[in-house]
Amino acid sequence: MYGFEAMTFNIHGGYLEAIVRGHRAGLLTPADYNNLCQCETLDDIKMHLSATEYGPYLQNEPSPLHTTTIVEKCTLKLVDEYKHMLCQATEPLSTFLEYITYGHMIDNVVLIVTGTLHERDVQELLEKCHPLGMFDSIATLAVAQNMRELYRLVLVDTPLAPYFSECITSEDLDDMNIEIMRNTLYKAYLEDFYKFCQKLGGATAEIMSDLLAFEADRRAVNITINSIGTELTRDDRRKLYSNFGLLYPYGHEELAVCEDIDQVRGTMEKYPPYQSIFSKLSYGESQMLDKAFYEEEVKRLCLAFEQQFHYGVFFAYMRLREQEIRNLMWISECVAQNQKSRVHDSVVFIF
Amino acid sequence: MDLLRSEPMQLVQLIIPVESAHCSISYLGDLGLFQFKDLNSEKSPFQRTYATQIKRCGEMARKLRFFKEQMTKAGLSPYARSAMSDDVYLDNLEVKLGELEAELIEMNANNEKLQHSYNELIEYKLVVQKASEFFHSAQNHAAVKQREVEAHQSGEGSIDSPLLLEQEMVTDPSKQVKLGFVSGIIQREKSLAFERILFRATRGNVFLKQSAVEGPVTDPASGEKAEKNVFVVFYSGERVRNKIVKICEAFGANRYSFTEDLGKQFQIIAEVSRRIEELKTTIDFGLVHQINLLQTIACHFEQWSHLVKKEKSIYHTLNMLSIDVTRKCLVAEVTKLKNESSSLILQIQNVLQQATVDSNAQIGTVFHVLQTKESPPTYFHTNKFTSAFQEIVDAYGISKYQEANPGVFTIITFPFLFAVMFGDWGHGLLYNEFFSVPFELFAPSAYGCRDPSCRDATTAGLVKVRATYPFGVDPKWHGTRSELPFLNSMKMKMSILLGVAQMNLGIILSYFNAKFYGNELNIRLFGYLSLLIVVKWCTGSQADLYHVMIYMFLSPTDDLGENQLFFGQKFLQILLLLAALVSVPWMLFPKPFLLKKQHDERHRGQSYALLETNLDDSDGTELHHGSSSHEEFQFSEIFVHQLIHTIEFVLGAVSNTASYLRLWALSLAHSELSSVFYDKVLLLAWGFNNITILIIGLIVFICATVGVLLVMETLSAFLHALRLHWVEFQGKFYEGEGYKFQPFSFASLGKEDE
Repeated sequence: MYGFEAMTFNIHGGYLEAIVRGHRAGLLTPADYNNLCQCETLDDIKMHLSATEYGPYLQNEPSPLHTTTIVEKCTLKLVDEYKHMLCQATEPLSTFLEYITYGHMIDNVVLIVTGTLHERDVQELLEKCHPLGMFDSIATLAVAQNMRELYRLVLVDTPLAPYFSECITSEDLDDMNIEIMRNTLYKAYLEDFYKFCQKLGGATAEIMSDLLAFEADRRAVNITINSIGTELTRDDRRKLYSNFGLLYPYGHEELAVCEDIDQVRGTMEKYPPYQSIFSKLSYGESQMLDKAFYEEEVKRLCLAFEQQFHYGVFFAYMRLREQEIRNLMWISECVAQNQKSRVHDSVVFIF
Repeated sequence: MDLLRSEPMQLVQLIIPVESAHCSISYLGDLGLFQFKDLNSEKSPFQRTYATQIKRCGEMARKLRFFKEQMTKAGLSPYARSAMSDDVYLDNLEVKLGELEAELIEMNANNEKLQHSYNELIEYKLVVQKASEFFHSAQNHAAVKQREVEAHQSGEGSIDSPLLLEQEMVTDPSKQVKLGFVSGIIQREKSLAFERILFRATRGNVFLKQSAVEGPVTDPASGEKAEKNVFVVFYSGERVRNKIVKICEAFGANRYSFTEDLGKQFQIIAEVSRRIEELKTTIDFGLVHQINLLQTIACHFEQWSHLVKKEKSIYHTLNMLSIDVTRKCLVAEVTKLKNESSSLILQIQNVLQQATVDSNAQIGTVFHVLQTKESPPTYFHTNKFTSAFQEIVDAYGISKYQEANPGVFTIITFPFLFAVMFGDWGHGLLYNEFFSVPFELFAPSAYGCRDPSCRDATTAGLVKVRATYPFGVDPKWHGTRSELPFLNSMKMKMSILLGVAQMNLGIILSYFNAKFYGNELNIRLFGYLSLLIVVKWCTGSQADLYHVMIYMFLSPTDDLGENQLFFGQKFLQILLLLAALVSVPWMLFPKPFLLKKQHDERHRGQSYALLETNLDDSDGTELHHGSSSHEEFQFSEIFVHQLIHTIEFVLGAVSNTASYLRLWALSLAHSELSSVFYDKVLLLAWGFNNITILIIGLIVFICATVGVLLVMETLSAFLHALRLHWVEFQGKFYEGEGYKFQPFSFASLGKEDE
């Protein structure tokens, strides 16, 4: 179908594409961020946001605000928009939209399981879950004692079930296991999503494979850095990398044997797109890496809007909003804790 | 002529002492004559002077919204004519609202707590009742079974009686496993998943018994009504129990303890019922109290919300004023109508005076007129009738300050063009037909039958018997074979005539515009051009013969032969053609050169100008707003611009004329459709002499007339009239780059909020 999707795309996707582009126009601009960064109190932030699309969501909040309220309300807006789009969507767009939430689902599963491991209250944990990644029986996760039970009890009913085939073991859950489970799930999820996008074909496949490859590579780097100095063996580490992306397969071989951050850097600098990211960092530093990756991601996501007639815009929009909410959270935290000098540390400007 | 040019405006500077600022703005808002200019546009909202007050107002508005929500929940609506007490001030109101909100929230919390325990008790009662039913029926059942087994045993135990059953049933009490159970209530839609998870988690080692509760039950936690099931889960072992409890929590199922002892059950039910009664009265009392409170709020709600809105708008306006360095006075720049009646000016002065007195300010407000180069806003005095047409123009663009307003002409031309296409009574007169039935209104038709053999109207059998029909189209044309070609050509020519007339009006208006703005250069060019076009089109429409026009361009010197309409036509044609040829480059070249010349002159004069402005500034009376731009003169750019303009104009003149043919097309479509419906539906149905067919025909006719002729045709005629005005007419002269005059007024507050 490549090249001809423009002829038929608008029959089902036109309305939603228009909607999502409209939503995208409502993202905060650098001018907004400048103003937000000058805020003295959380009320100032609320006042400023009331002039943006977040206005209706914040206007009924009583005055002593908390960062969590702001973030919660902003997320609520995103969720509302997502639900609206999902209601309107037809196949295969609806499946595509559902795929976007699986990442949150994995995170929520991990959050609940880790929480119960440390004997935290389930209700409290549920409140911390991302609303996009909720499913019916999520609270039941607390019952499970090991991976096998986890799968048999709860996850078999969720869309995550197929991703679980890799990690059904009867080992008891512990922090390490859970982290490995998260990454295995993520790997399976990304590969599945990638395959799905390839099946859709056309501009969607082209753009999404780029975005997902970036995501996969970023995860590979993060896994490597986080597993340095842990008891994770090289082979196990290698197994957690997704089987696509720019680094696949040779980069993965090199990453698997990395022992410190500079070796990672050495590997990554062989790949031109990632050269610029690492060139911003000084040697031995991994603190700013997240931000650098986020910036690169935002740039790529924005580019997705340059082309028409594909589903990548939905993915890009959701990701950009999430980044925006992260920015707002950071700014609010800085304002609330009187650390305004650090405001710019973690804010990633969109556009 | 008020409508042609927008009202003259004046920029006025107000210097208001800080003490009386709030009061003054409030009084001015009552008057609603001034549009305030934002002098702090570079500041973000929370950096402005009165940001805190606005935040307070926002907070109060939030409280009011909370009250409103509570009122709608309680089924109350704010009284339209609320009690007006004059002495409500913002500070008092803020305190009052705060108190009320706290009271209401506390009351709600109490009510909620009570409601929670009330709902819990109700659920408990349900669970006890249902569960006791289970146990009762189970016991009966078990007793029957027991008796059966006993009967079997007494019958010496037949061979086919199952051994296992025997063993099971005759277990001695010491070996009997004590089964535990958990009872509770769960939402019905979750019950299936609940059962499934229970089964999976315990590997089937539970027994779940469920029973539906009739009618919705209010959930204590969420306070929402839901369909629910009472369940009892039987299990064995402590670990399973833990799992079940966890699953219950995860599914939001409320567990309630239950005893097997019948006597205790009755006791519990009685106890619970008594407490439910008690709680009910308490809750009712609380609700009455709450409704009383809400009613008092409802009495004042309108007034309060109006006050808050008003205050908020006042502070927004105050934020637009620039504050003096000494922080003693605020400087406002406002635009107002220039020539107001003296009574209004007096009113303004009075109001400002009043504000000074009311707020005990030491100094009055200083009021003086500024000179400005900025384009003021546009304002027209419209009434109910003219405002509709002004809106049509405004939808295209608000006219520039004192630009010729097409709205004036639209009042006449819009209905006219609409009617040409849609065919109203007046145009019905022109064609002498209504509903596609010919009417001989002015005189009998000029044509009659040549001999008695021709009954139906066909052109073949007609001869002229009387004088020419006095007005419009002879009704006899209707229904003849040559009707269409004749009417087509007539309507086509008519629409071109109308179009040319309207476009000429547009060109003339552009001349007026140019003259009004004192742009000499434009005038000369436009004068020439409009002359050309008037003459060209006049001839075009007079000499209906197309090939006259065509040959005029192809072979201007040839003999006209029989196409000669009047004396000297040939000479005139050649002249016009030459004029047309000359005018195009004339339009193209001089303007850029003249502009260049002007620019050079301006540059030479610049040094003087600087001196002059210095003098002015020292004088201090006149401030210059906006800087005259001294951009580098781009000759090529202007030239290209002019080239585009010329090409556009020449092509536009032709294509726009063609555009007016839609008048003909729509008029034709309308008349043909109406005649089809009339002839082929109504008359056809009439011809059958059958009452049923007639009624059906009538219904079809009415539907078609209303649906197609009235609804669709009206829309399309409106749309085309709109287009002709926006593109063909206004495109000739209208810039529409102005902005509307929006005076700060409390009267418009309520409207924009809804």
